[in-house]
Amino acid sequence: MLKQVSLFLENKPGRLAHVCRVMAEEDINIRALSIADTTDFGVLRLIVDNPELAEERLKARGFLVSITDVVGIKVADRPGGLADALDQLEKEGISVEYMYAFLGKCGDQAMVILRLNDNAKGIEVIKKCNMEFMTPEEVYQI
Amino acid sequence: MIWNQHIECMSREEMEALQLRRLQEMVDRIYYNVPFYRRKLQEVGFMPGDVRHLSDLGKLPFTTKQDLRDNYPFGIFAVPMSEVVRVHASSGTTGKPTVVGYSRKDLDNWAEVTARCLYMANTDRQGVVQVAYGYGLFTGGLGIHGGAERIGASVIPMSGGNTEKQLMLMEDFGTTLLGCTPSYAMHMAEVLEQSGMDRSRFKIKYGVFGAEPWSERMRKQIEDHWQIKAYDIYGLSEIMGPGVANDCDARKGLHIHEDHFYPEIIDPSTEEVLPEGEKGELVFTTFTKEAFPLLRYRTRDITTLHREPCDCGRTLVRMDKITGRSDDMLIIRGVNVFPTQVESVLLEFGETAPHYQLIVEREGTLDKLTIEVELSSSLFSDTVTGLSKLESRVRRRIDSVLGISADIRLVEPGRVPRFEGKSKRVIDKREI
Repeated sequence: MLKQVSLFLENKPGRLAHVCRVMAEEDINIRALSIADTTDFGVLRLIVDNPELAEERLKARGFLVSITDVVGIKVADRPGGLADALDQLEKEGISVEYMYAFLGKCGDQAMVILRLNDNAKGIEVIKKCNMEFMTPEEVYQI
Repeated sequence: MIWNQHIECMSREEMEALQLRRLQEMVDRIYYNVPFYRRKLQEVGFMPGDVRHLSDLGKLPFTTKQDLRDNYPFGIFAVPMSEVVRVHASSGTTGKPTVVGYSRKDLDNWAEVTARCLYMANTDRQGVVQVAYGYGLFTGGLGIHGGAERIGASVIPMSGGNTEKQLMLMEDFGTTLLGCTPSYAMHMAEVLEQSGMDRSRFKIKYGVFGAEPWSERMRKQIEDHWQIKAYDIYGLSEIMGPGVANDCDARKGLHIHEDHFYPEIIDPSTEEVLPEGEKGELVFTTFTKEAFPLLRYRTRDITTLHREPCDCGRTLVRMDKITGRSDDMLIIRGVNVFPTQVESVLLEFGETAPHYQLIVEREGTLDKLTIEVELSSSLFSDTVTGLSKLESRVRRRIDSVLGISADIRLVEPGRVPRFEGKSKRVIDKREI
């Protein structure tokens, strides 16, 4: 399963720069990221080259960190490519809690990270519909 | 286990006779040796020899923290510095610290009362006592240390901090009793749980925790996480340091070593002595202290006294766990708020002791309360909706327990400032 590093941040000037600086010092390479925020706080979600090590090092540096299972899929890089994929999930009753994309592409496909309400069932649906997965190894080594 | 059967199980009549004799000696000493007290006693027309009953104490003047500040550093000492063998000081949040002095006999009495506390916590010469209170000007470390040596336990003088090492030595040395602040005990438990160390290899069975107010719920948390029995040790540096009182296995309040420290409960606003069983501000008179005797010192701690004998066999007066401080008490929009109420709400949510801070501001004519809560890993959810839900659940509970509404702000671990192991719970920015 693809692992995402989630990190709690106060919504204050300098906090994001600070965590990025710490990741640089700890030699953590970011593959993809997204931020969800409110006026008071945010959750920084990261795909990195080595999630277990990143969790350990960020915790040691005093951050509140957790690891979340997510699903990485490849979709056709054309208008409607993502919509087609999401339609298929929706048909099977799988909902997306949040998602974000990688910049750059892999051949003629775009890459998307999904957090699903039911990862196991979601994966079955994705397999059944012949959508392409991103394996953890593939993602960490991008 | 009772360290000093004679004193701790004395009949009320004997105890009162002892107290009266000691009070008379004490008033004599401060009248002749401390100009500050001589003036105060003369102002109310009191002369040595005027103390005939214990209740006469109620006619004598109080001593406040401000008096100690005004006489900084050694103005209230009752012996020359050649008789003072140690000083301690409490951290003042503003200005100069409060300085206290000890004669050799004072240190001896301190070790005696702390020894009684450790016996209440089932620890004797077989015990291995890890002192994780700070050593230094703060009384916590050296106070417990002296008592543990007195009972003949093996003392590990760790002082505070360096949690990984604390845990390593606790396992390797076979610590049986831990002494520290309750918030540090919780922090150590968290680090232990994350470390992957094997709890079954530890010998720890007891803990004495104090130096900051903590709730019964927090006691349960510490006991559940550590799998130990947690005892509440009470003290303040002005009176002696840790060891003024401690609770026993009966858990019906903390036994005050009233042969040395005489407690009264007063109404903090009228300063009248309240009858036994009523809640109010705790006031102490030190009977035996030579270097730094205090007459009716106002602790600002809120509690209740009980004098009926305890199930444990002791007859020493008991005080309830401190529920708040008369100067910690905030009046927000006319409502009395104690930080401990906030703590009890937060403990309903997490499995661990939360760090939090109350910030009171005045916007226009309205008081605004913000509570900053450090998010812990057990509460962290990686969705914003999850965290927002947590915020609003805390907000609703705070509303109903405090009776006023507050803004809840989740903050990162380590963001609430800590002072000497105690969190600074309240920031009042109102200029009234």
